[in-house]
Amino acid sequence: MSMAPQAEPAVVAPPAPGPKETDGRTRERPLALRLLARPEVGVFLGAVAVFVFFLIAAPTLRDGGSMATVLYQSSTIGIMALPVALLMIGGEFDLSAGVAVVTSALTAAMLSYQLTMNVWMGVIVALVVSLAVGAFNGWVLVKTGLPSFLVTLATFLVLQGVNLAVTKLVTGNVATDNISDMDGFDQAKALFASSFDVGGVEVKITVVWWLVFAALATWVLLRTKYGNWIFAVGGSQESARAVGVPVTFTKITLFMLVGFGAWFVGMHQLFSFNTVQSGEGVGQELIFIAAAVIGGCLLTGGYGSAIGPVFGAFMFGIVNQGIVFAGWNPDWFKAFLGVMLLGAVLINLYVRRAATRR
Amino acid sequence: MTSKTPGTPRTDGTPGTHGTVLADPAPERGRPLVELRDAGKAYGNIRALHGVDLAVHPGRVTCVLGDNGAGKSTLIKIISGLHQHTEGEFLVDGEAVRFGSPRDALDRGIATVYQDLATVPLMPVWRNFFLGSEMTKGPWPVRRLDIARMKRTADEELRNMGIVLDDLEQPIGTLSGGQRQSVAIARAVYFGARVLILDEPTAALGVKQSGVVLKYIAAARERGLGVVFITHNPHHAYMVGDHFSVLRLGTLELSAARADITLEALTNHMAGGAELAALKHELAQVGGVDVEALPDDAAAAAKAAAPDTAERTDAAESDAAVSDSTASGTAEGKA
Repeated sequence: MSMAPQAEPAVVAPPAPGPKETDGRTRERPLALRLLARPEVGVFLGAVAVFVFFLIAAPTLRDGGSMATVLYQSSTIGIMALPVALLMIGGEFDLSAGVAVVTSALTAAMLSYQLTMNVWMGVIVALVVSLAVGAFNGWVLVKTGLPSFLVTLATFLVLQGVNLAVTKLVTGNVATDNISDMDGFDQAKALFASSFDVGGVEVKITVVWWLVFAALATWVLLRTKYGNWIFAVGGSQESARAVGVPVTFTKITLFMLVGFGAWFVGMHQLFSFNTVQSGEGVGQELIFIAAAVIGGCLLTGGYGSAIGPVFGAFMFGIVNQGIVFAGWNPDWFKAFLGVMLLGAVLINLYVRRAATRR
Repeated sequence: MTSKTPGTPRTDGTPGTHGTVLADPAPERGRPLVELRDAGKAYGNIRALHGVDLAVHPGRVTCVLGDNGAGKSTLIKIISGLHQHTEGEFLVDGEAVRFGSPRDALDRGIATVYQDLATVPLMPVWRNFFLGSEMTKGPWPVRRLDIARMKRTADEELRNMGIVLDDLEQPIGTLSGGQRQSVAIARAVYFGARVLILDEPTAALGVKQSGVVLKYIAAARERGLGVVFITHNPHHAYMVGDHFSVLRLGTLELSAARADITLEALTNHMAGGAELAALKHELAQVGGVDVEALPDDAAAAAKAAAPDTAERTDAAESDAAVSDSTASGTAEGKA
């Protein structure tokens, strides 16, 4: 019994000075079993399997350009899946994450256009709005003790309605006006929606952001106090509070992190397409949650990793594009996804049981 | 919760209040570390605690006894910062306080071993040990956990208490109940610089492990800590206690120094001797119970009703026996 679900394998210092006496009743488990107990291993194997499957089924996928498309697709889900996964490890989930992306993009677009300011003004106000929506979710949750399902379902409905109604009120249309000729647009586009060349292949900058955020989230989760608190509030909120973990702070900031992710993806959408459709985003929240769960995060909290959802999102990307490249009817995508989700959950469950059994 | 956000003095990489025990000038003997004056707590219209006086002195063990629902847990939740009192006064070092969260209590050097142990089952042992009071290193943007130091410290502290774990990375949920209890106590002893509160630490333990826990209590007292020992076992209380407070239905039924009370009397108070006599009378009315075989006087009835009659002979010994009545801690920590 030597399983460390969320801790790193290699810490150099010996745990104790002097001759190490041992309990003598436990036997160190084989390395393979210890590896299997890590939350991201199941999804890693699954992602490899799906990847190999589509490389065989869809030969055009082997092309560099196709891979870039897959990675781009993965990154737009993956950037949001990261904070959603952290929130899930912290014991909550956010149904408003999908429409919050659109809310953020709409805020930036309309504010910039209507008040003819520099787009950066809209971008910053959108960030404030997104963080405020997250903080509101978290604040209501900790103050009322209601389940996050109810609180964020309400936010989801409110945002969905506000998105449509306010956009129609302001622009008289269901979409925002084109902001591509405004001041600062090019700078913002360079940050959120540019692409660069790698050996003749166009790679979207979101792929880089995705991996940077994933590395950052992994570091925070495993190496900082805040990461420790995330596991604690998700694993046992009462215990965490009793030993002095600031539970309220941790939960509210986790929701605000989801707000940050929504802002980032919203800005990406805005600066890629120049306009925003106000009715979009519905249903995306479940994709993010699915990516986190496939990535080995426990829906009830307290267990998971930040690297798992990266593979989870990658699986989404590969299936989404793979079906197209294989020449199948894309309608099958969701069905495939459902099977994948169930399979991933079962594999994770089995692996965890097998590896943590004492 | 009004607790501080990250960056409290305790969490910036210094070992916190731990280790300052010896450096502190000993407080004057007369002033208690923690004191409740006529304190009470109401949950809505339910009065869980009323008019309770309690003083915790350095180097003394204050035992709080009482049956289920007597208000013991409410009492310690007030001192440990989980709840706030609604009546009376709560003083730490003679200064009236109102803790917003357990963080505030910990910052004052008051650490608690909760009955449910307050551990997070899926987290590794060392992370549980330092949860909420993590050691860090490095300047702010890259301030990170000092994992090597925390593992080393946790291992040392656990070994000091006779617990040897092969792997501090194992989730604490995979430990046995006794081991988890020991980790929780080791953690509180490490962080409880001045006051240690133990909520029913022996309730779930066997005879031998209870002995180990009582030894820790005696050791904490020797180190000059003020100890609050909550239990419903008068024998355990009498072994280590310097002062006994018995709660009944939320009020203080008895508050006596060790010199003023015998184990017999304590047991009687604890079990509610008068009530038992009444019960015996009622049982006689119902019939079908051989009341003749029951002991006659109230004190004897109480004695018979004590939770662990098997230990009565042990308990009759003086508390001095505690320190040598158990084998090496190493063995029991594992059991």
